[in-house]
Amino acid sequence: MEIAEQIAAAVPAAVPTQSECPSGTVVVVAPDAIADVLRFLRDDPELSYNALSDLTAVDQREREGCFYVVYILLSHSRNARLIVKARIAQAPNDDATPSLPTATGLWQAANWAEREVWDMFGIKFDGHPGLSRILMYEEFVGHPLRKDYPVGKRQPLVEERDPIADPWPSRDGR
Amino acid sequence: MADAPHTVDPKSSPEIASDGFSEIMELQMGPSHPATHGTIKFNLRLDGETIVGCETEIGYLHRGFEKMCEQGTWTQCIPYTDRLNYASPIINNFIFVEAAERLLAITPPERCSYIRVLLSELSRIGDHLTCLGMGAAEMGAVTVGFFMNEARELIYNLMQAATGARLTVSHGRIGGLARDLPEDFEQQARAAMAKTQETLDDCERLLERNRIFIDRMAGIAVLTPERAISLGLTGPMLRSTGVKRDLRKDEPYMVYDRFDFEVPVGTKGDNFDRFSVRFEEMRQSMRIVDQAFKSMPEGPVSIDDPTIVLPQKKDVYENIEGLMAHFKLVIEGIRVPVGEVYFAGEGGNGEVGFYLVSDGSGRPFRVRVRPPCFYGMSAVSEMVTGHAIADLVATFGMVNMIGGECDR
Repeated sequence: MEIAEQIAAAVPAAVPTQSECPSGTVVVVAPDAIADVLRFLRDDPELSYNALSDLTAVDQREREGCFYVVYILLSHSRNARLIVKARIAQAPNDDATPSLPTATGLWQAANWAEREVWDMFGIKFDGHPGLSRILMYEEFVGHPLRKDYPVGKRQPLVEERDPIADPWPSRDGR
Repeated sequence: MADAPHTVDPKSSPEIASDGFSEIMELQMGPSHPATHGTIKFNLRLDGETIVGCETEIGYLHRGFEKMCEQGTWTQCIPYTDRLNYASPIINNFIFVEAAERLLAITPPERCSYIRVLLSELSRIGDHLTCLGMGAAEMGAVTVGFFMNEARELIYNLMQAATGARLTVSHGRIGGLARDLPEDFEQQARAAMAKTQETLDDCERLLERNRIFIDRMAGIAVLTPERAISLGLTGPMLRSTGVKRDLRKDEPYMVYDRFDFEVPVGTKGDNFDRFSVRFEEMRQSMRIVDQAFKSMPEGPVSIDDPTIVLPQKKDVYENIEGLMAHFKLVIEGIRVPVGEVYFAGEGGNGEVGFYLVSDGSGRPFRVRVRPPCFYGMSAVSEMVTGHAIADLVATFGMVNMIGGECDR
């Protein structure tokens, strides 16, 4: 049975769609059902995706009108990988902060990974034990990996000095 | 402490230490600390010398790797990938190009794959020498630190001979390599390996019955296999707990399935096992290097496709096809078909994975790197809680955090 059918049978609310990519199978599911889907994939004795390899997100608001939160799962016993993506619909110019249920209860690895997705994409994870910025500093405004965050924008914590216009005085005062 | 209220968090104080007389002390270790090679900060809560709470702060070396990769062409990402990891840059380099090659559905020539394996394994030895040398020096075994640094220097010289740079190698290309190995490379590498072998034997004799070293390492920061898997640990940190998982064996890429080598595993999952696993891995890497030289085929090192690989300079200057191919590759970049891929390889510290998304243009839409030490660092706080503050240094050394990779 295809993995999407198995997920649909266990979690009907997930409405999974399955596709193939060069590294294996990709399943896209509804964001509300992601917690149940992940729990099913981890706890099902046949599938047993017991490890979360990585968790990240992609800002596809321009082309597909959504954010994808990407879970890369690994089963040690079957030596198999699966990419699960939660599709969160959001319009291109909408800078709202969407939210998903956390996966920290399933894998401890999700703790820092979800903090990074929050930091970089502004996607909240409900139930996370301490969702705060991890790579950027607390005072930072915005989420830099969103496509609408300008790449050249600077937010220095201390005022920046232009070394050409305002050089340090040399030792003899010139 | 009581008359300096600004130093004590009002929510957590007063908290009485286990002796009943003193308070829990808060100590900020880092971000620039001589014993933590890397900019990182530990917010510790100490009961005497015992750590009762540890919060790890990373991000001091964040350069926006993933954002920068979205700005240029696929080829322009390659130099960024070296800068992720200063201990084994060439492994990250090759894993990135392997991931992109999977999106393009191309296979590099055999000789290229053999050279990638060879240079990756040399680099892995260099990575472990860095980690173990530093780790041993922090335990007081400074001699081992110097010996290993000397051996690492030999590896750097080999890298320089093969790629032209010691650290910023940028040697991988999508569809091949920047250039073939120099003529006398085998001779140089075999001499360096013989010397490294001697160094390893010396270091083993210095450490294997060293009471101080073993007391500081054995039984410290123990992890169970279940916990290690849940924390997302990979590579030597996972294998030290007894889980025999090595991507070179389990998900063979390049030509690793043609080599005969063992995957060393630990039994207890403590710092000593993490040290021993890495030590043994260096010997296994030397076996792979030896076999790679013996079975290296002749032939080209890049595929013959002008839409992917830059033409020879001679063609660029002397005929219009070469000039056009060069121009289109430099200005537009390699046209990677629409799609996504997650490809992971065995880096020095564990699973280095690239999740790439292409929108069909010459530029990557999204480049995500899975840094192994990011997950390693997230485990440090639970590993050190209950141990002495000095054990934090040993544990941190055996996680082998590379700031450039952890913070990207």
